Amino acid sequence: MFLSPAILALILVSAVISLMLILASGFAIQVLQKWNINSGSELQLNLERRTYLISTLLIWAFASELISLMLFIYNAESMSGQFVGAMCATGVLNVNEWGWPTLFLKIAIFFSGTIWLALNYLDNKGFDYPLVRVKYLLLLLIVPMVITEFYMQTRYFMEMNPDVITSCCGSLFSVDAKGVASEVSSLTPRQAIIAMYGSGLLLMLSGTWYLLRNKGGLLFSLFGLTAFITAIMSIISYISLYIYEHPHHHCPFCILKSGHDYAGYTLYIPLFLATSLALAAGTISYWKKIPSLNSSVAVYAPKLVYLALIFFNIFYILATWWVWQSNLTMESIWQ
Amino acid sequence: MIEFFRKQAYLIDFTMSSLLRRKGKNFGLLLVYTLIVFMLASVMLFSHSLRKEAGIILQQSPEIIVQRLVAGRHALIPAEYIQKMGRLRGVTSKKGRLWGYFYNPVVKANYTVMAPDHLDLSTTEVIIGAGIARTIGLGIGDYFTMRSNNDTFSFQVKDIIERNSELVTTDLVLISPKAYRVITGIPEGQFTDIVLSVRNPREVRKVAEKLVQKLPDIRPVLREEILRTYDSIFAWRQGIVFVLLIGALLAFVIFAWDKASGLSAEEKREIGILKAVGWESADILHMKFWEGIIISLSAFMLGYLAAYLHVFYSSAVLFESVLKGWATLYPQFKLVPFIDGLQIATLFFFTIFPYVVATIIPIWKASVTDPDAIMR
Amino acid sequence: MLISLSDINKVFNQGKHNEFHAIRDISLHIEAGKVTCLKGSSGSGKTTLLSMIGCLSRPTSGRITLENKILSGLPERFLTDIRRHTFGFIFQKFNLLQGLSVLENVMLPAYPLGLNHKDLKASAQKLISHFGLDRVMNNPVEWLSGGESQRVAICRALINDPQILIADEPTANLDTRLSQEFMGLLDELRKTGKTILITSHDPIVFNSPVVDRIVEMQDGQIMES
Ligand SMILES: Nc1ncnc2c1ncn2[C@@H]1O[C@H](COP(=O)(O)OP(=O)(O)O)[C@@H](O)[C@H]1O
Ligand SMILES: [Mg+2]
Repeated sequence: MFLSPAILALILVSAVISLMLILASGFAIQVLQKWNINSGSELQLNLERRTYLISTLLIWAFASELISLMLFIYNAESMSGQFVGAMCATGVLNVNEWGWPTLFLKIAIFFSGTIWLALNYLDNKGFDYPLVRVKYLLLLLIVPMVITEFYMQTRYFMEMNPDVITSCCGSLFSVDAKGVASEVSSLTPRQAIIAMYGSGLLLMLSGTWYLLRNKGGLLFSLFGLTAFITAIMSIISYISLYIYEHPHHHCPFCILKSGHDYAGYTLYIPLFLATSLALAAGTISYWKKIPSLNSSVAVYAPKLVYLALIFFNIFYILATWWVWQSNLTMESIWQ
Repeated sequence: MIEFFRKQAYLIDFTMSSLLRRKGKNFGLLLVYTLIVFMLASVMLFSHSLRKEAGIILQQSPEIIVQRLVAGRHALIPAEYIQKMGRLRGVTSKKGRLWGYFYNPVVKANYTVMAPDHLDLSTTEVIIGAGIARTIGLGIGDYFTMRSNNDTFSFQVKDIIERNSELVTTDLVLISPKAYRVITGIPEGQFTDIVLSVRNPREVRKVAEKLVQKLPDIRPVLREEILRTYDSIFAWRQGIVFVLLIGALLAFVIFAWDKASGLSAEEKREIGILKAVGWESADILHMKFWEGIIISLSAFMLGYLAAYLHVFYSSAVLFESVLKGWATLYPQFKLVPFIDGLQIATLFFFTIFPYVVATIIPIWKASVTDPDAIMR
Repeated sequence: MLISLSDINKVFNQGKHNEFHAIRDISLHIEAGKVTCLKGSSGSGKTTLLSMIGCLSRPTSGRITLENKILSGLPERFLTDIRRHTFGFIFQKFNLLQGLSVLENVMLPAYPLGLNHKDLKASAQKLISHFGLDRVMNNPVEWLSGGESQRVAICRALINDPQILIADEPTANLDTRLSQEFMGLLDELRKTGKTILITSHDPIVFNSPVVDRIVEMQDGQIMES
């Protein structure tokens, strides 16, 4: 087991976030049971006031989750010196079977959080709070995710064994190895490019369609998610190669290092932002049939779609640019 | 959108003025908060930079050090072992080293004595570290004496090593191999250890394996292993200190909770008035949120800055007692300043995060005051 | 007709041993552009009724409409939004924020609206000079006399240009001369088209010619109108 301040911080934060969510969902359950928007009773007033507390708790919890996601990656990066065979975060995540699931859960919680916050924001615009039940049920679904994340992360850190010889990006993302990671890497650049720009195109089309016709919000979110996945796959499969200028180095983390001009940030920040916006847009657009939300949906959903499109475009432009300006020529891979 | 930002500007403005109107209460909070940040940041900066320094030293050291073991103890290694190793793929150089520690009872300090052969020192010359020069009060041209079992040897100081990072060289004494052998009595043909340089880091482990097969009585020590051990030891130490400090942190959280929930009658009245004249619960929450941000950021920056100055510019005076036991040769050592993102993020989670969490419920309670309360 | 109340009830501490029925089955119409006075002894429920009309609290049952918009069922968040655009409040104890200047106190209700700072400041200054407070504009409010405090409170109530002004026992802390002066100011406001709603048990108020209509209350009910 390791006990560095960063690890302590991560465990502490996950524990506190879990507690905050448990607390919030405890309140949410009471709200779900006794909610009656038509009542003028003091009970109803107290429940309504409680929704402010729940929102505040969750805004902080999800914001902290985002920072903890970043800290988790930084920490993995900085621990790479402590394991034989680890050269970057990949190696440290590979130290035991809990590393990757923790990372994926953190990302999933972040996106679920975005959806929840969008739902909450919209609901607060409707004078009869029409989404109270929906949003609190969704909250009850997020709680187990957060608790699982806490559990996995704790086991991940507790079971870190310094004697383990781990495998790093070189072998995990190598074309010859087995497993999902290597399958992603062994996608030929042609396939990856088609997938990434193809899903990008679908996204643009559905976004434009939504902006013109006010239809297909959920589809837009779905394409946003697809675009996110194909983008990550492309980063591993070929964009990273161009950034490293090395024909076999498929690693999604090393691009965050100063040695590569922090290229990773220019890709991940727009990508995550765009994806959250796309998810939020779909979430919001779905409720346009509710009378009290109708006008708010008409205001916010197109804005979100628009912003999501902008950030996706920024991502595509930057990704293309990194590839284009690279000195690496990969004829050998291009057959 | 613009309304939103303007509204936040108004809220910040209002918060600032209400913070200033309650200087006493807020100053106390700020002081305690800053102190907490200062303590944690000092520990982090200090131990982290020690680790970095150690890393720098090791970075310059060879990839593999070969020691001979006799009955499980470190023994002198004969020069013919270099030949016995034979040609090893990937090894670019093999060299015997002479070095050891030397205790000076007068100043009660340990020197690290090394006898490098590339320095071209005559048998009566010596190069010493700045720390030694300072403690004994020596300059170039002065004489430096070392006593062995029964003889005393004098050397003329040829040079003093000055570096920004004194930690590496402060206690170093460099003399010629010949003089070293005379003082210590190590015969020709024997070395303290043998060092190998390996160009490609991936081959280090292979080389080490082969060495052990060829010469069973030796122990290869790999640089990466030392680095790793250092890394985890420093991280672990820091962790222990943090666990100890969690007590202080907890006290701070309770303090913050208490401050946030113990609103004075005056503050309660203010919030009541604001709600009555048209502020919404969310506006009060935002205002209080800005209040927290302003206090937290001020405390964070002040505390961090103080810790930075403390560690890097006052040589961590508060940790002097810890250092004193370590060596008398370090009265003036200075660490190289640095700032690290991971550290700041960690520190953030140890200070701002608990503060925010501790104040959410009290703030919410204040924000949902009945708007008609002040009419009663 | 601007505001109409039907079958309004307000119960405090509902379901507890100290349950208290403060307002019982009140129905009332309040006309636009008039000065209406709620008269009644202390504890008769005037403030409670006023705060429900002014969206500061919600009735336990019954319906309140403002120009055909139903207010009674709305959550606080939306009530606040309506309140800050529609109602201006003048309280019995002035309730100014100590330590802030007159100008800041007047601007305070507009902060959450996020208006342009220059415009807001200009309109606050205009109001302040209209009520003859130029001289004390930048003084902290604790230096003001009772009459000045009252006028600052009026300025603050007017900053968001509300259609309706609500004053709860506005003369309780003023002497006779200042009370009459206050009624003069109300008259002026009425002439600008504001609807005014006052509670009082002060004869200077309900005997004043400024008041168009008196509604008398007792034990949470309306006696006559
Ligand atoms: N929050 C409350 N909880 C319990 N009782 C209250 C509350 N507010 C007011 N009351 C009671 O309601 C009655 C009417 O009060 P109020 O409307 O202030 O009367 P008025 O303004 O006519 O003097 C009083 O008896 C008072 O004690
Ligand atoms: Mg009253």
